[in-house]
Amino acid sequence: MRATGILAVNEFLDGLRNRWVAAAIILLGTTALALLLVGSAPAGTIRAGALDVSVVSLTSLSVYLLPLIALLLSFDALVGEFERGTMLLLLTYPVARWQVVMGKFFGHMMILLAAVVVGYGGAALLTVLFTDNGITGWQAYVTMMGSSLLLGAVFIALGYLVSVLVRERSTAAGAAIVLWLVFVVLYDLALLGLLLADHEQKIGQGLFSTLMLVSPSDTYRILNLTAFDSVGQAAGIAGVAARSGFGMSLLLGLLASWVILPLTATMAVFHRREL
Amino acid sequence: MAENAIEVAGTVKRYGDKTVVTDINLTVHNGERMVLIGHNGAGKTTLMKLMLGLTHPNAGTVRVLGANPATAAAALRRAIGYLPESVAFHSAMKGREVLAFYARLKGVAAAECQSILERVGLARAADRRVSTYSKGMRQRLGLAQAMLGKPRLLFLDEPTSGLDPSLRRQFYDLIDTLSLSGTTSLTSSHSLNEVEARADRIAIMKNGAIVACGTLSELSQQASLPLVVRLRVTVGHTADVAERLAPMGEIQRVNDHGIDLSCPGTAKMVLFRHIAGFGEVIEDMDVAPPRLDDIYNHYMQQVQLQ
Repeated sequence: MRATGILAVNEFLDGLRNRWVAAAIILLGTTALALLLVGSAPAGTIRAGALDVSVVSLTSLSVYLLPLIALLLSFDALVGEFERGTMLLLLTYPVARWQVVMGKFFGHMMILLAAVVVGYGGAALLTVLFTDNGITGWQAYVTMMGSSLLLGAVFIALGYLVSVLVRERSTAAGAAIVLWLVFVVLYDLALLGLLLADHEQKIGQGLFSTLMLVSPSDTYRILNLTAFDSVGQAAGIAGVAARSGFGMSLLLGLLASWVILPLTATMAVFHRREL
Repeated sequence: MAENAIEVAGTVKRYGDKTVVTDINLTVHNGERMVLIGHNGAGKTTLMKLMLGLTHPNAGTVRVLGANPATAAAALRRAIGYLPESVAFHSAMKGREVLAFYARLKGVAAAECQSILERVGLARAADRRVSTYSKGMRQRLGLAQAMLGKPRLLFLDEPTSGLDPSLRRQFYDLIDTLSLSGTTSLTSSHSLNEVEARADRIAIMKNGAIVACGTLSELSQQASLPLVVRLRVTVGHTADVAERLAPMGEIQRVNDHGIDLSCPGTAKMVLFRHIAGFGEVIEDMDVAPPRLDDIYNHYMQQVQLQ
């Protein structure tokens, strides 16, 4: 346990040193602030507080940004150390291989946590302090922050799996981009295309909702748009998902398994790997 | 405490269908300075990785400080130090930070870092980023991390490759100091004349196997390499002396004031007595025993490269 903590702190300090933390905070903070300020304008018309209105737009943004940041942090985590030769030395220390994976995971999660709390939280705080929107809807906003972290964790875990499976950094980078495209862009496009092609409406509500649950980024979307009524109203389009009636625990459980399964697989592959 | 620091018995390691380590038996005693020499790709690094538990043997057993390194507890890993070939560090970190990180992992007090940095001569550069370090400084930092926690067993994989002569000397002096305090070391090297004087025993690896192992004199006996005797002879007598010495050895070179001849190590005393019998005709004599270079070349030529 001690080794895991040391590795996690080292990974986080590494993120501070190479400005990863700062970059992620600025990226999330400025975009959140922009959406919060723009999002305040129409708030009066649909009778929703600024914070939960902005959850709709921030959710659509996070679904792109957090997987991207998470994959950029994680794709290099293992293959990079194999390539540089630092892993060889590390494993001669009193550190188990699963501790290496978990240490990196906690360290990278600390980076994401800093980015989400300071970036998203700071933007919300500024909005509350300097506009008259108040703090109505903060629960939805905090839920969005928490689930964004979870979404980040999913892609950090997926990034590690890529990182342990390939032999070269460049391959890992390519695979990470493909992963991002598939889960964040292409899968949704394919679902949309499926709906458009489905003239006879054979695909029912249930099947469609279930298909959405296959992708962690859609699970994240559904979670945020259905958790609070006010958000669903502001989103307008949330009807599809809202009527699907998935419970919060199912959605959280799905996201959690998207973290646990790739992490476990990474540790299993790493354990068998010969250096 | 186990009797031997390292015991490798019948160990085989294959990567795919390529056998990298072939049926190796090797014992390193406690406190011994063992040196591994061999051509590139002979399996030295793989053998070390097996001993470090980084990779598992396909057959045979490897025991390090009495434990199996592949399943070893943290206690074993705290008792060993390893300097990998071309060691690498996180380049954004400062030297001091790198060492402190490894010290925490090994459970070594932070106070020890400063004295180690001084010992390896990095104290003044400790607050610079590793990316600004020269090869020699990185290697010193590598040795520094290997020394953390006063390990009982040191693995050094070509520790002096790429270092300038004075650094090499410092490096070996440091290792010798450690060995005086009882640290066992296993060093692989290509610099034969450097390790010659600093090894208690030498193992020669070739194509994944250990072809010879012993002290320098044992190795030269096993190889039964001749020693070379160089005589300075009074002008005019060389032909006569050469003719009379011919049965005792192989005449390599004769000119008007000198003779070089080689003779098997076992016959050297007979030869010396004979030489003494010539009296003042022989003005001077030099004896060159076979060096590690010669022994190494002997074993490398003995078996064809596969």
